[in-house]
Amino acid sequence: MGAAWPTGYEGLMRDFLKPHRIILLAIALALVAFCVLKLRWDWLAEPKYQIALLQGIWRSIWIMVVTMVIGMLLAIPIGLAQAAGPWYLATPARVFCTVIRGTPLLMQLWLLYYGLGSLFPTIPGIRDSVLWPILRQAWPYAVVALSLSVAGYEGEVMRGAFKGVPHGQLEAAKSMGMPRLTILRRIWLPQAIHRVLPTIGGETVLQLKSTPLVSTITIMDTYAVAGRIRQDTFIVYEPLILLAVIYMVITGIIVLAFRWFERRLPTRTA
Amino acid sequence: MMMSIGAVAAASTLDLLAYSPPGWGATLLKGLLNSIVIALGAYGLGLLIGIGGAFGKLYGGPVLKDLLAVYTTIVRAVPELVLILILFYAFTGVLNEALLAWGFDRVQISPIVTGIAVLGIVQGAYQTEVLRGGILAVPSGQIEAARAMGMSRGLLARRITLPLMASNALPGMANLWLNATKDTALLAVIGFSELTQATKQAASTTKAFFTFFAAAMVLYLCISLLSTFLIGRIEKWARRGQRDMRG
Repeated sequence: MGAAWPTGYEGLMRDFLKPHRIILLAIALALVAFCVLKLRWDWLAEPKYQIALLQGIWRSIWIMVVTMVIGMLLAIPIGLAQAAGPWYLATPARVFCTVIRGTPLLMQLWLLYYGLGSLFPTIPGIRDSVLWPILRQAWPYAVVALSLSVAGYEGEVMRGAFKGVPHGQLEAAKSMGMPRLTILRRIWLPQAIHRVLPTIGGETVLQLKSTPLVSTITIMDTYAVAGRIRQDTFIVYEPLILLAVIYMVITGIIVLAFRWFERRLPTRTA
Repeated sequence: MMMSIGAVAAASTLDLLAYSPPGWGATLLKGLLNSIVIALGAYGLGLLIGIGGAFGKLYGGPVLKDLLAVYTTIVRAVPELVLILILFYAFTGVLNEALLAWGFDRVQISPIVTGIAVLGIVQGAYQTEVLRGGILAVPSGQIEAARAMGMSRGLLARRITLPLMASNALPGMANLWLNATKDTALLAVIGFSELTQATKQAASTTKAFFTFFAAAMVLYLCISLLSTFLIGRIEKWARRGQRDMRG
């Protein structure tokens, strides 16, 4: 960071607290005070809603993390196939990315859950198989749909990352006599991943914002819990406000975590 | 394998997609039309907010800058589904309260207008950021030269900044257009009869879930492929006279 930035806590505060900001902050505080005092929050004191909300938040985060990891793992071969694969691998990968990126995630989720889900029972023998107890539940469809979505978007990003690795690096590795798999493992993949790392924080936030869709297939995530509270108590706005605040807090935590993580990454600027 | 089983099972229900009444083709196409109208309207409204917001963020006073920062930050940190729900209730609720307070009757706002307003506000936040980036990428010498020629602010924006930033902002704006078409599907959750809702209705009436959802996927894919093609043409036009950077 250059010297132009105010250093230390006091400099930051002086930079932030300009006169108009103090007035804006006062207005914001007044708004918050109004929301806290004038709106109905008594339902928050009930243990059953507290537990439901915590469980919902846990589910949202769980789905976000699991689908992000699976999706990124799928995205690597998809990106590689598009960047360097033979046509019979590159074409399906490109079609996959186009379909995933060209259709709404809600539609993909419903195609899997309602569409495939309604076809499974017609397949003879599937009710007796070991898979049936899993296929009857909603979460496998949610995990598959959201993972494929990440794979589609990130596959495209990985393609660019693989292509962006300087050619000289690969040529140098080849001239050292490295086998192709070793080149991929030691040179190409690490540099490609290093290139996409700064974007992953943003993608994780996007993924968090996709998770409420799973409430449409009966999974009780944060969004669904808020909807249930609204139905039970006939309170219109308050659970929605709480919902927005919860998502903003989680987003903030993700952003801060990745900022911390990025600072620890070794970077070299030439 | 699953897909092939799906295809076999779905083939027997394909005539449900016919245009005339025993089939649901007309319903789907009407939903598609609604989706496109809402997407176009929301994108247009978002463009108005976005241009205003981008200029406000760059050249506005300190209060305006802070307010716009709050707007774009909140909209981009909260899931679209939650925003749509909040804005849907807030928009209709506040409007009706205001009407009642001024002694008018409550009105039932047409769902399409609500959809456009709600998605437009969401689009506006994202477009503000994209357009701001586009304006920042305009060489400052161009703007200074125009100021030196004594151009007024409006003329400068119309003749210099907006045309020059168009090619910078186009890729981002193209992405946002695709987002707008896909976000219309979220309106199904609050019961608008756009493509996704029409599909769900048709599917749950006929029980041919796979057929209808696959058909809707194809329709959405057609919109995005057609859009991608047109955007390519527009981009070529916006970059006319620029040097090819690919070397």
